[in-house]
Amino acid sequence: MSSDPASALRAVKRHWRVILYPIGMMPAAWLVWQGQHGELGADPVNVFERSLGLWAFRFLLACLALAPLKRFAGINLLRYRRLTGLLAFFYASLHVLAYIGLDHGFDWGVLWTDITHRPFIILGMSALVLLVPLALTSNAFSMRLMKRQWKVLHRLIYLAAVLAGIHFFLSFKTLNGVSAPYLAGLGVLLMSRFLPQRPR
Amino acid sequence: MALFQYPRPKPSEITPKEAYLSRRALIGGAAALSALATTAKAASLQTHPGPYSGNLTPTPHEDVTHYNNFYEFGMGKADPAARSQDFHPLPWTLEITGLVRKPVRLDVEQLLRSAAMEERIYRMRCVEAWSMVIPWDGIPLASLLKDADPDPRATHVAFESVLRPSEMPGQSDGLSGIQWPYVEGLRLDEAMNPLTLLALGVYGETLPNQNGAPIRLVVPWKYGFKGIKSIQRIRLLDHEPPTTWNRLASDEYGFYANVNPQVDHPRWSQATERVIGAHSLFGATRQPTLMFNGYGEQVADLYRGMDLRKNF
Repeated sequence: MSSDPASALRAVKRHWRVILYPIGMMPAAWLVWQGQHGELGADPVNVFERSLGLWAFRFLLACLALAPLKRFAGINLLRYRRLTGLLAFFYASLHVLAYIGLDHGFDWGVLWTDITHRPFIILGMSALVLLVPLALTSNAFSMRLMKRQWKVLHRLIYLAAVLAGIHFFLSFKTLNGVSAPYLAGLGVLLMSRFLPQRPR
Repeated sequence: MALFQYPRPKPSEITPKEAYLSRRALIGGAAALSALATTAKAASLQTHPGPYSGNLTPTPHEDVTHYNNFYEFGMGKADPAARSQDFHPLPWTLEITGLVRKPVRLDVEQLLRSAAMEERIYRMRCVEAWSMVIPWDGIPLASLLKDADPDPRATHVAFESVLRPSEMPGQSDGLSGIQWPYVEGLRLDEAMNPLTLLALGVYGETLPNQNGAPIRLVVPWKYGFKGIKSIQRIRLLDHEPPTTWNRLASDEYGFYANVNPQVDHPRWSQATERVIGAHSLFGATRQPTLMFNGYGEQVADLYRGMDLRKNF
């Protein structure tokens, strides 16, 4: 391994983007800090759990937005698909962990009924389960190994987004000013997939 | 040598201390009452401890008044406290009409001075699976209904809240699909139960706007949404009236809405509840939910023989 300044600079240039991971995790750290200092209000567990879910949905939408952004606006940020996708998975996992541990105190009886009987929970859980293989294969090695199958597998993100969207909609008693913009955003992103390709 | 000698009043002209003190009390009292009439500021109430309070420890005042569901002011829990300052709860008239022999129009400012005002410390269980303990001040609904002399045909009681989009920003939000004004209902025997309270105050003061000023319903064995706020009209009927949440999602919110740990909401279990007031993410607690919210002794008889899974 060489340590001359030129190769070090090259390494930084190639890998500087890893600092975006801890930056993307900062909202989670901020929520934990707020929770420990009584800043999450009267029902902190509920706010914590919902906020994590919302961050997961935000990163999922960001990930889905990158392809249309390139296609319709010519802005190529496709290199951030792994970053945004993995952050969505990170927040979805914390969201479920908060639901299991903080909200229900690992009460497996209640959790089992939830997971087997309530469409609201089944939809959310299914979305997370669908993200697992995507997270596991989000590396260059898997891409090389799977070739065309990798692309097919990663189309699961659209299904995960639809399930997560319905779950998000159901997490409020009614449609409202908070959820409507996100749901509209998801709708637009999904429909943009079906627009005809521009003639080349 | 004195430069100036001021005129001294004769001793007989000096107002006795007791007289001016009582006059001050009178002015203070009048000021308090007029403050009550014109502003949304809480004023203290003449109240006395009533029955059924048990030995419950109330949830902190800050949480009771800043963690609210009152969709007329917005859907966030902090919205009612933050967005209700334009609401004018007084003057206010509460009507009791319908199948009654003596329809009543109550001046709520007079009710606020009623000697019948009593404190009831009740558990409050929200359908969203959280709970508080709230020290209400109010008058049993039964005593006001009796004054109106219900007709024997009356079987149900319908409650109607207020429609004021200019003062209640949530009423202009078309997304929710909620039909305003908010309406609720009880069976007549539920309404006459001694637990059922028309609250005019909380923590010994007039209700803040966000808690349903100036007068609201409290039915402690039912989920919180049955406790309709800012009531303008009470009507006695010979049939079950429509209720706001039931109209919006009848599979999730029934007419009865009795607290019942065995009957789950379609989206979550009702077996336990998050206790409001810990303020610490890792120190928050859950506790088992009690049948009829712990008021079975007073109300279980109302539902004898009924299938509470069907009549949820």
